[in-house]
Amino acid sequence: MMPVVEIQGVTQRYGHATVLHDLNLSLAPGEVLGLFGHNGAGKTTSMKLILGLLQASSGQVRVFGRAPSDPQVRQMLGYLPENVTFYPQLSGLETLQHFARLKGAPMSQVATLLEDVGLTAAARRRVKTYSKGMRQRLGLAQALLGEPRLLLLDEPTVGLDPIATQDLYRLLDRLRGQGTSIILCSHVLPGVEAHINRAAILTQGRLLALGTLAALREEAGLPTLIRSSGLQRAALLQKRWSEAGHVTRRWGAQGLQVAAFNGNKLDLLRQLLDQENPSDVEIVVPSLEDLYRHYMDSPAERAL
Amino acid sequence: MTPIWNMARKEFSDGLRNRWLLAISLLFAVLAIGIAWLGAAASGQLGFTSIPATIASLASLATFLMPLIALLLAYDAIVGEDESGTLLLLLTYPLGRGQILLGKFVGHGLILALATFIGFGCAMLAIALLVDDVEFSLLLWAFGRFMLTSTLLGWGFLGLAYVLSAVSAEKSTAAGLALGVWFFFVLVFDLALLALLVISEGQFSPTLLPWLLLFNPADVYRLINLSGFDTGPASVGVMALAGDLAVPTAVLWLCLALWVVGPLAWAYWLFGRRAA
Ligand SMILES: Nc1ncnc2c1ncn2[C@@H]1O[C@H](COP(=O)(O)OP(=O)(O)O)[C@@H](O)[C@H]1O
Ligand SMILES: [Mg+2]
Repeated sequence: MMPVVEIQGVTQRYGHATVLHDLNLSLAPGEVLGLFGHNGAGKTTSMKLILGLLQASSGQVRVFGRAPSDPQVRQMLGYLPENVTFYPQLSGLETLQHFARLKGAPMSQVATLLEDVGLTAAARRRVKTYSKGMRQRLGLAQALLGEPRLLLLDEPTVGLDPIATQDLYRLLDRLRGQGTSIILCSHVLPGVEAHINRAAILTQGRLLALGTLAALREEAGLPTLIRSSGLQRAALLQKRWSEAGHVTRRWGAQGLQVAAFNGNKLDLLRQLLDQENPSDVEIVVPSLEDLYRHYMDSPAERAL
Repeated sequence: MTPIWNMARKEFSDGLRNRWLLAISLLFAVLAIGIAWLGAAASGQLGFTSIPATIASLASLATFLMPLIALLLAYDAIVGEDESGTLLLLLTYPLGRGQILLGKFVGHGLILALATFIGFGCAMLAIALLVDDVEFSLLLWAFGRFMLTSTLLGWGFLGLAYVLSAVSAEKSTAAGLALGVWFFFVLVFDLALLALLVISEGQFSPTLLPWLLLFNPADVYRLINLSGFDTGPASVGVMALAGDLAVPTAVLWLCLALWVVGPLAWAYWLFGRRAA
């Protein structure tokens, strides 16, 4: 199937500063890609290239197989800019109506979207009076006008409280179910893992890692942590495991943590249950944040 | 067409919402009626004198006001949207930069046109109703021409405002430039011409000088409105030069129209080069 977004060897310069180096990235239909990176990594720049707001210094960007500036492409596209702002003097309702007209979206969608993002009660208030989170939600509703097939969300959770963030994730899941392709860019977010298909980690304009979380975990070789508590002879078990070459650490008063590298997890669990009678066991797989930190640190290591 | 109309609709309803349309119409009506009845007070008369005199006074007034209002209305059209972040959003919508610009022009232009025709139209109506033995056909012709050219003058300065807005990185810069443009066309330009006339003691190419008037839309505007009366008011200032300018009125109209199209095209070109 034709990729929705295809970025081939794109380099982007602002004056003398190169902010993207030979970026290659593609997005399949119905896929949710998380684009992660520190401030100034080049996330927003990448989105602007996909939107056709910027012309790549070199390389090629295709969206739905066309040039990004093609009006037909824009029709199929929804965008939530970072720190979205609107006309302060218009109400939320008037704002959405204006943008719906510009996009050629049916007016009936406006009320539905306001409902979806929980702004129905505030719809007739001026945007000037909205909180940051409300503006963000209005921005999201704006991005969803015209049922876009590609959604670009630049730091969508900024300003959202945890519940609104969960609502957003649920909305993303629903859209993905409907076949919408989504690129979500942000700093690393706790809890986002379950809602994306692939993650891309960007630093200083270079793509450090790209793949499904499972693949990235495997590639990174980060350990899964097994934490047990309520052990009778924690010290003995720790000694045994340390002698076998495992990395262990005491965990609380009567607990123990052991790091299981690739494939060791089940074996270690079995030993734990054979030799002990733990009151509780916790298995911690490397989070996106751990992966991110790993990839962020490794180029420095390689340079040494 | 639809995207342009949708953009225009927002600008127009903004003009209604912030009472611009109402305020400009009222201002025009009050000033026009005031001038019609008090304009001759300087010469010791009170009350309506004549249509040519009234139009002459009104045109002098509108030469100052119309550009100022147009510039104020539109100076932040592009840079304002950029600063508030909405331009970024607009540029990702399925409409081109030309459509954005034209939409704004149609919206702003409609506000100016309506305000002109409502405001000055009221004054015309007042004269028609209250002044005895006024020549209706002359009144309608002179006022119609005055209102049409005033609108065109306003549109020209809308275009200039978009030019400023497209080159400015900040709203305050655009505001400063707008004031400068107003000052230049309304005051400096004519003073410079007069100075040229005086200093050169009339020696500076007498055939060329009157043509220079065409480089100022405000002068073209006044030339049109002062022409065509049997018993015209005595021309003062740079308008006296017009006597040497042997161009048909049609050329003046064309000139005024070019002053609308030219800046608009220039603004489009500049807007297209502006980084998103
Ligand atoms: N208009 C611009 N002119 C010059 N440099 C810019 C411009 N926009 C962004 N940059 C630079 O490009 C780099 C990447 O920025 P950006 O894509 O906004 O990062 P992110 O969204 O990942 O935080 C930053 O170093 C930023 O300073
Ligand atoms: Mg950013």
